[in-house]
Amino acid sequence: MISVFQQHGQELLTGLGNTILCSVIALFFSLIIGSTFAIFEVLPSKLLRVIGRIYIEVFRNIPLLVIGMFFYVVVPQYVLPMDGFTAGTIGLTLYTSSFIAETVRAGIQAVDSGQMEGARANGLSFMQAMWHIVLPQAFKYVIPPLGNQFINLVKNSSVLAFVAGFDLMYQGDMIASATFDTFNTYIAVGVLYLIITLPLSYYMRYLEKKLA
Amino acid sequence: MKRLRKLLLTLGIFILGGLLCACSSSKTQSTWSEDKADNTITWGVKADTRLFGLMDVKTGQIKGFDIDVAKAVTKKILGSKGKAKFVQVTSKTRIPLLKNGNIDAIIATMTITPDREKIVDFSKVYFAAGQSLLVKKGSSIKNVKDLNKTGTTVLAVKGSTSAVNIKKSAPKAKILELEDYAQAFTALKSGQGQALTTDNGILFGIASENPGYQVVGGTFTNEPYGIAVNQGQTELKNKINKALAEMRKDGTYQKLLQKWFGNVAGFNLKEASQQ
Repeated sequence: MISVFQQHGQELLTGLGNTILCSVIALFFSLIIGSTFAIFEVLPSKLLRVIGRIYIEVFRNIPLLVIGMFFYVVVPQYVLPMDGFTAGTIGLTLYTSSFIAETVRAGIQAVDSGQMEGARANGLSFMQAMWHIVLPQAFKYVIPPLGNQFINLVKNSSVLAFVAGFDLMYQGDMIASATFDTFNTYIAVGVLYLIITLPLSYYMRYLEKKLA
Repeated sequence: MKRLRKLLLTLGIFILGGLLCACSSSKTQSTWSEDKADNTITWGVKADTRLFGLMDVKTGQIKGFDIDVAKAVTKKILGSKGKAKFVQVTSKTRIPLLKNGNIDAIIATMTITPDREKIVDFSKVYFAAGQSLLVKKGSSIKNVKDLNKTGTTVLAVKGSTSAVNIKKSAPKAKILELEDYAQAFTALKSGQGQALTTDNGILFGIASENPGYQVVGGTFTNEPYGIAVNQGQTELKNKINKALAEMRKDGTYQKLLQKWFGNVAGFNLKEASQQ
């Protein structure tokens, strides 16, 4: 395993960098999109509730690989050209955002309805009450399941390997086929994924303790 | 601090585990004696490559030149009752699958190269291919020299020799490697690259089904295909070599070549049957 790092350290680092970059972008946008659709789902407007429902059910129930391939081969053919990294990151964002939406919605609904009613009675608008009163409490409830989503996101970023996105898994495939040393290469790739996910996992646990 | 130490410890255990596993090696058994016992040879074949090995979606059977050669070789080795079992492989998975014993031999458009010879044993050449380029009709790319520009993207398949070769012939081009030929061709169609490169036989297979695309530039490398067996399986290798020689002698080989490549426009049968 050490020899893989010595001979192909540069490639692995590039892969690691791309995996982290893709994960950070996807995490940021999926959190925003996911929270938006979560709020859609609890709005009084029926139309927005239906839109939110459709979005979540579509992207939650299609395999990530299918979404990624769609953006890699179908979208460039008919809509606009994009490379593998972009296609994979968009796919990952949409996919994860549907799970985050479901998680955050559960959190919002777990907040006692008296909180919203109280805030509205004190003159806050629906959005103000949501932003200042309900969401802060909701996020506290959903930190553990959100942590799971973040870790899944990092691991799911390996879908980039299938659309030539130069991520960790792609580089691993390249090294394995150049050296024929599949075993050690994939062990090395696994360890590098752990280096990203373990601290993330511990940080989420710390956050959970601190805020609980 | 305590938490950090725990974290490092966990990581350390995983790395150590990896090192330990890497040191143990598996025992080698004779594939040939196992094959003889159960009267079956398990072949690793492609299922995404027209003319060589392509899954017929309707019947669920893989068909192609590689498959027919494998069947013929099996009959020559094990007699008329011998069974050939087929396992789908890709360029990426074939060597690991052979090494871990899931398949007995690879007949999957596999080029004999010095690097590969260090880890597997090859039979004699059963098909002499050469690397070429597939482009959209009307493309400005006419040969491999046209690719050597920054901004050109070439598509290849993971684990194949084509990517390595193109790095030498056109160092300025960017190379994207995909999972299999079906995916690589889809990527070419959707404009992820300007050319798809691999061996001419495979490219002619794709072009024959997709009229908007053509093979250009002739061959710029020699890619002799061989049947691979795990290192040390000399007995099986010798049997395969003998079977191949017999097939060339009694005309079975020529018949199969004619069956699959006889109607392919622009394909040189004589060149392919070189030994």
